[in-house]
Amino acid sequence: MSSALPATTRLTHLRWLESESVHVLREVVATFERPVLLFSGGKDSIVLLRLAEKAFRPARFPFPLLHIDTGQNFVEAIEFRDRRVAELDERLLVASVQDSIDQGRVVEETGPRASRNRLQTTTLLDAIAEGRFDAAIGGARRDEERSRAKERILSFRDDFGQWDPKSQRPELWNLYNTQIHRGEHARVFPLSNWTELDVWEYIDAEDLEVPTIYFAHTRDVFVRDGMLYAYSEGQQLLPGETVARDTVRYRTVGDMTCTGGVRSTATTVAQIVDEIAATRITERGETRADDRAGEAAMEDRKRAGYF
Amino acid sequence: MTGPAKPPWRTANEPDTSDQMTLDLLRFMTAGSVDDGKSTLIGRLLYDSEQVLEDQLAHVAEVSHRRGDAEIDLALLTDGLRAEREQGITIDVAYRYFKTPARRFIIADCPGHQQYTRNMVTGASTADLAVVLLDARKGVLEQSKRHAFISALLRIPHLVVAINKMDLVDYDQERFQEIVEDFAPFVEKLGISDWLNIPISALRGDNVVHGSANMPWYGGPTLLSHLEEVEVAYDHPDNVPARFPVQWVIRVGGSSGEYRGYAGQLASGALHAGEEVVVLPAGHRTRISAIDTYDGGLEEAVAPLSLTLRLEDELDVARGEVICTTAEPPFVARDFEADVCWFVPEPLRAGARYAIKHTTRSATAIVGDLVNRVDVRTLEREPAPARLELNDIGRIALRTSVPLAFDTYARNRRTGSFILIDEATNATVGAGMITAAS
Repeated sequence: MSSALPATTRLTHLRWLESESVHVLREVVATFERPVLLFSGGKDSIVLLRLAEKAFRPARFPFPLLHIDTGQNFVEAIEFRDRRVAELDERLLVASVQDSIDQGRVVEETGPRASRNRLQTTTLLDAIAEGRFDAAIGGARRDEERSRAKERILSFRDDFGQWDPKSQRPELWNLYNTQIHRGEHARVFPLSNWTELDVWEYIDAEDLEVPTIYFAHTRDVFVRDGMLYAYSEGQQLLPGETVARDTVRYRTVGDMTCTGGVRSTATTVAQIVDEIAATRITERGETRADDRAGEAAMEDRKRAGYF
Repeated sequence: MTGPAKPPWRTANEPDTSDQMTLDLLRFMTAGSVDDGKSTLIGRLLYDSEQVLEDQLAHVAEVSHRRGDAEIDLALLTDGLRAEREQGITIDVAYRYFKTPARRFIIADCPGHQQYTRNMVTGASTADLAVVLLDARKGVLEQSKRHAFISALLRIPHLVVAINKMDLVDYDQERFQEIVEDFAPFVEKLGISDWLNIPISALRGDNVVHGSANMPWYGGPTLLSHLEEVEVAYDHPDNVPARFPVQWVIRVGGSSGEYRGYAGQLASGALHAGEEVVVLPAGHRTRISAIDTYDGGLEEAVAPLSLTLRLEDELDVARGEVICTTAEPPFVARDFEADVCWFVPEPLRAGARYAIKHTTRSATAIVGDLVNRVDVRTLEREPAPARLELNDIGRIALRTSVPLAFDTYARNRRTGSFILIDEATNATVGAGMITAAS
C-alpha cells in the first residue's frame, strides 16, 4: 500500500504518532550501546515491529528481539511470533520462565490460581543482565493503567531493575536524556502516547497481521472473578466452576493464566476498531487478572522491574 | 475598525489561521495551584465527555464510598500512584488521553506545588494550549502569574484562563469580570496571541462540557468546545525554513552499491527532492537526491514527519549535523544566550560545566555570565544574579565544546531548545530556550 503523504496541509494523528515513535526508536539506537526490543506476538509489539521497519529499513534492525516466554502462552501467539520473525528475517531471543524455575531463580506458584505472570520479572531482568542490554524497548502505553500514566517514554531502572516514580527525569520537547550509569538500564516505550484505539486503527491502516486469538472464535472457557478464561488441559478449577464453549476474542495477549477473553463477534480488524471505539470497559480492567490483584498492583510490579 | 465589539471573555483577537496546518490531535496542559480543582476539572472533562469507562468509575466510586464522601470524587480519576492517593496530592506530570468525535486530546496534567516549575515547563514544552486554573474566591495569585508566564516563555500559542469554583461565588458575573480585569494587564504584557477566559465550576459541571444555566450572562464557548475548535497552530511549512537534524545513518552494503541514508525527524519546514541543501555546521552544499520512507519516496516532506534523506554528493554526514535549505540558514556558533529553567537544588553558577543536548547533538557546555533572573510576579529581570536556584528562571550565556546549528526559540521551538545534564549524576538539571547568538 502507498501511504506517501500528499502535499496536504492535514496531518492525521496516526501519522503524527508514528513519526514520534520512529524518532524515539532512532534516538535509542543512536545513544544506547545494546538495545533490545521486547516482542510477544501481541498487538502492541506488532505495531512496534512495523515502526522499527519504518525507522531502519532498508537495513536490518540494529537490535535483536526478545520474548519472555512463560510457557503458558497461547499457541496461536507463539506460532504467529515465529512466523513474523521469519518474515522479517530478524533475530529472536527467547528467555523462558521454565528455565528460571529449573535453575531455582524463582519458585512456581501452585494451586488453581497459579500464574507465572509475576515470575516473568526475574526472567526479564536475568535476560537483560545476561545480554548486557542497556535499553529494553517495550510496547506499554500510558492509557493502559493508572501508574503508567506517569511513566516517561524513557524510563530508568537502577541496578536492581527498580522503577522509582518519584525521581523520574523530566522529558522536554523531544530531547531525551539517555545517559545512564553502568549496571542501570532504560525501558523505552515508543507507544506511550498511543491509545488502544490508535493501535487498532494503525493495524488496520497498515494492514498488519495479528494472531487469530484477537478475532472472535469458539473455545472452551470457564468464568472466574467475572472474567472468561481459556481452559487448557490440566487447568485446575475452583468449586462451582464449569467449562463451556463460548465465542470470545482477546483484547490482550498475555499469559493464559491471567488473560481473560471477551464475548465478541468481531472477525475483522475493522470490526475490532468499531468494538473498541464503543467499549465501556478498559482493556486491562476487562481482561487482566494481574491488575486486579490490588489497588496498586501494576505500580508494585513495575517498581520490582516488571515491563 | 468596524464590526462587532469584542466580547469580554475573548481578550485577544481571533488568531489568523488561514495559513496554517491543522491536526486532529490537540496536546494541552493544565496548571493550577493547590486546591484550584485541577484534578476535578480533568475528571469532569473525562466524565461529561463520556470517556470514563465503567471499571474506572466503579473504582473511584468504591474509593469515594470507602472514604465516606457524599458524592463520587471525580478528582480520583486522575490519581495515579499510591503515595498520591495517600497524601491527596499529585507528584508528577501525568498524561491523559481522551477523544470526542471532533478531535483527540493528550492532556499533560501538571501539579501546581511540588517542583512546580520543572513539572510545568515539562508539560508546556509539548503543549499547544495551556489551561490555567484560578479559584474565583482567591482571584489572581502569584502562582497564576507564574503559570501564565511559563506558558508564554515556552511559547504555547493558546491560553485559557479557567476561573473555577464559580458556584462558590454565586456565579457572580461581577466577580468574574473583576478577576479578568485584574489578570489582563499581566497577560497582555506576556504577549500571548490567543487568550480566552471561561467561568466554570468543575465540581458542578458548569461550562466544562455542558453550558451553564447558572451563568446565562456568559456567551462564550464551554471549555470542551473551545478545545475542539481551537486551531492547532502549526506554522505552514512554506513559511518556516527547513531544519533536519540527522539522527541515525542507515547504511546497507550490496553488490548494486552502498545505500547511505540520513534518518531523522523533520524539525520544521518542508524539504523537496532535488532541492539544494546545506549541511551544518560543516557547511557543505549538496542536493537531496531522494526522500525515502518505508512507504515509498516522497517529492515533498513536511514537519514533523520522520524520514530518510539521500544526498547527491558523497559527504560523510554524522548524527548531530543539521541539513537545512540554503535560504535563511540557522546560526552556527559556540556562544549563545538562553533563558534557562533550573530543576535541581544545587544552584547554577557561572563557570559550571554540563552535558548539553540540542536537537540530536550532544556536547559539553560551560556556563558564562548569569545575565539576569526573572521575578515572575513583576516580570522584571534582576541583573547579574550570583546563582539560579531550584525553580528559578533566568538568562545565561553558554559556550559549547563544538559549534551548534540553532535558531532562537522564538523562531523555532525544536532547534531553539536544549537540556542540560549533570555529568556526575546524569540528572536533567535544566531546560533552555535560546534567545540570541553572541
